[in-house]
Amino acid sequence: MRDQGSSHKAVKEFLAEAEEVVEQLGSELADLADLADGGELNPELLNSIFRGAHSLKGLAGMFGFSDISELSHNMENILDSLRLGKISLGQGGLMKVLFGAHELLTSLVRSVEVDGAARTDEIAACVSRINSCLVPSPVKETAAVSPLEQLGLPVRVTGALTEYEEHRLLDNLNRGRNIFNVHTSFELTTFDQELAQVSDALKTCGEVISTLPSIGAKMETHIDFDILFGSTRPLDGLQALFGNDTIVVTCLGSADTKPASAASSLSSAVISSESRSVDVSAVALEAAKPATASSATIDDAAQSSKSMSRTVRVDIGKLDELMNIVGELVLAHSSISGIAIRMRNEGFSRMGIDLSKAARTLERKLTDLQRGVMEIRMIPVGQLYEKMSRIIRKISREQGKKVELTFNGADTELDKLIIEDISDPLMHIIRNAIDHGIESPVKRSSIGKDEKGTIRISSYQKGNHVVIEVEDDGNGIDLDKVKAKALQKGLVTDITSISDREALDFIFMPGFSTTDNVSEVSGRGVGMDVVRNNIAAVSGMVDIETTKGQGSRFIITLPITLAMIKALIISCAGRIYALPITSVMELLLLRDADIRTVERKEVLQLREQTLPLLRLESFFSTTRSTERPGEFYVVVVGVAEKRLGIVVDDLLGQQDIVIKSLGESFKRFRGISGAADLGDQRTILVLDAAGMINETMRVGH
Amino acid sequence: MSAKKTILIADDSPAMRALLVSTIEMLGDYRIVEASSGFEALRLLPRVKVDLILTDINMPDINGLELISYLRSNSNYLSIPVFIISTEGSQKDLEKGRLLGANEYLIKPFAPARLQALISSYLCGSP
Repeated sequence: MRDQGSSHKAVKEFLAEAEEVVEQLGSELADLADLADGGELNPELLNSIFRGAHSLKGLAGMFGFSDISELSHNMENILDSLRLGKISLGQGGLMKVLFGAHELLTSLVRSVEVDGAARTDEIAACVSRINSCLVPSPVKETAAVSPLEQLGLPVRVTGALTEYEEHRLLDNLNRGRNIFNVHTSFELTTFDQELAQVSDALKTCGEVISTLPSIGAKMETHIDFDILFGSTRPLDGLQALFGNDTIVVTCLGSADTKPASAASSLSSAVISSESRSVDVSAVALEAAKPATASSATIDDAAQSSKSMSRTVRVDIGKLDELMNIVGELVLAHSSISGIAIRMRNEGFSRMGIDLSKAARTLERKLTDLQRGVMEIRMIPVGQLYEKMSRIIRKISREQGKKVELTFNGADTELDKLIIEDISDPLMHIIRNAIDHGIESPVKRSSIGKDEKGTIRISSYQKGNHVVIEVEDDGNGIDLDKVKAKALQKGLVTDITSISDREALDFIFMPGFSTTDNVSEVSGRGVGMDVVRNNIAAVSGMVDIETTKGQGSRFIITLPITLAMIKALIISCAGRIYALPITSVMELLLLRDADIRTVERKEVLQLREQTLPLLRLESFFSTTRSTERPGEFYVVVVGVAEKRLGIVVDDLLGQQDIVIKSLGESFKRFRGISGAADLGDQRTILVLDAAGMINETMRVGH
Repeated sequence: MSAKKTILIADDSPAMRALLVSTIEMLGDYRIVEASSGFEALRLLPRVKVDLILTDINMPDINGLELISYLRSNSNYLSIPVFIISTEGSQKDLEKGRLLGANEYLIKPFAPARLQALISSYLCGSP
């Protein structure tokens, strides 16, 4: 069906939604597993999981992704049996099967865009595992008369109950809960908030089984609702919940007590106050607020459709385009300012001044626009945390380790693209922390630690950067072991000569691992070098602090956005480059005599610190056609705690630039984050400070 | 007031709504109003004159069956044709939808052409 009219846009929508559904499914499955450990299942959660699989199945079917559809169909099947109480979670490691199916589903959804490689075998195996769990629980004996019939619900109500709602009703009865009908009447204009309030209040003390809209006495201005509700509370307690007399609660009975005449009271459209309902309904409808003028105009209609959904899903490509346009506007503004200055110089001073003023206003508005577009791209880091917490729970369960997770600063905002790109490296660091950091519960208690290990993930903004820290209270990194390994690998000749800090850097070397037994979790080929490279790819840095026996802390420093930045424009050996201003710490004017050479490397003594220097012409292996100037500048760049001095011939000024990617083929070049247009038809390279620092440190060893 | 016919789509899946919208747009120039739940559909109904409703069954807040039950008990909406668009699954739910007064039901995956044909026949072919 993919070709039959489903537009490209719709397919994109599908992918975005499928990813969302899969993600939520995963986090809810983890919640379910946690609850299952406690023995109690939350029906609302279970239903939500079911709905996830259900809607994915329908969607994938419509868009022609039959493998996703088939797998989610089977998941839906078993989840349906689960939510309808036909099977129980305790059987045959069902949770494990569900996790496995979810994993496969995730990878199927992810690979939709990449390839269409059929994974029929994998799916078939997974489906058969699912189906092997479909062994029904012993059916509880059913009463001669269905308890539902004893409730005497009118057809109007039972006719609109889904199979699931019926099951929930029965389940509530079987648990000996009272079933109530909560009848409310709201004005059509405000019913949404009011109904939500009532539902929320009810959910604090029981389960909302169904919400049936109906018409009451004031059909033109009001809408009524009958909410079927199960709770252990008695009728009086429930009525007291609402100080509001437009809400009428009727007890329909419970499994053991049968109401006298609930049936008759419900069969009328408006519930009367007879039998066991609280005696307020007589005034209920009268007390309802007076009707406001209700002639709905077209304007109203337009407004309501507008306010319907308050969020818009936007392809990030569109935002990039917008950002490019903003960038071009900024350039256009520069040339207008230039014209204004020329006009003033060439005698049109009055007009020149006016034009300058106009250009300044334009500049302010452009800054606002730029900030606005930037903010749209920002999403809270917390979105990442949800995914993390799910995986952490899963891994720690698999490893038999007890891990408590704490998150701080989930509302710190980062560019959406950066968030996407650091998800994998962050995950790897966390896996490492569970796998190698946190000890087993037995070991922990034997060394006097709490059985439960802690992983603390915190994020905060620091200037123009966002810092994400992953801290565990495990056994830390054994630096002696790292040093020994480095010696064994021939990376160093003398252990005593390397500092702890230098030793930590070895961890980021390709193929460097201190663990001998490769576990299932981490240490499966992807090493910390990949982590560092991935973080460096978004101009970030990673640092480690560790204390033996007490734990480690990984500190990831990232730029807030990659889109538009202020840059320092520099020239060196006849070429012009841009350096993001956020990484520039200071500028120094020096002469050759200020530079010293240590171990054949140029360094600079700067306030009791030795600053390594880098010459752009040798970094990029370009030849210098111009003479080196006697006086030159050193741009001190820093990311996290690391510093590097870049030797340049001249500083050309500051400018807003839009970094444009150089594409896949240039990705492997370290030290360049992209290209930018200077607005005068000159295209220059944008230097990546973090990449250059990493590269210099790496070469340094 | 325009003479365009209005179709209300109630589905909690944005992608499904997008697909339905593009299917309808290919058919003709209809006015389309989207609701992401039965609840939102209820909010929209008094404000927009609707000529046809497409609804999912499984939705948060107020589900499709509850929505249909309301539509069929309210004289203002009694005659609006309702199509259930749902995933195969609970036959009981679909059967109930029919009993409640849904005019048609389409089970995903269905051919867009089928939906287009049904819309044309219920709305007499003209947008």
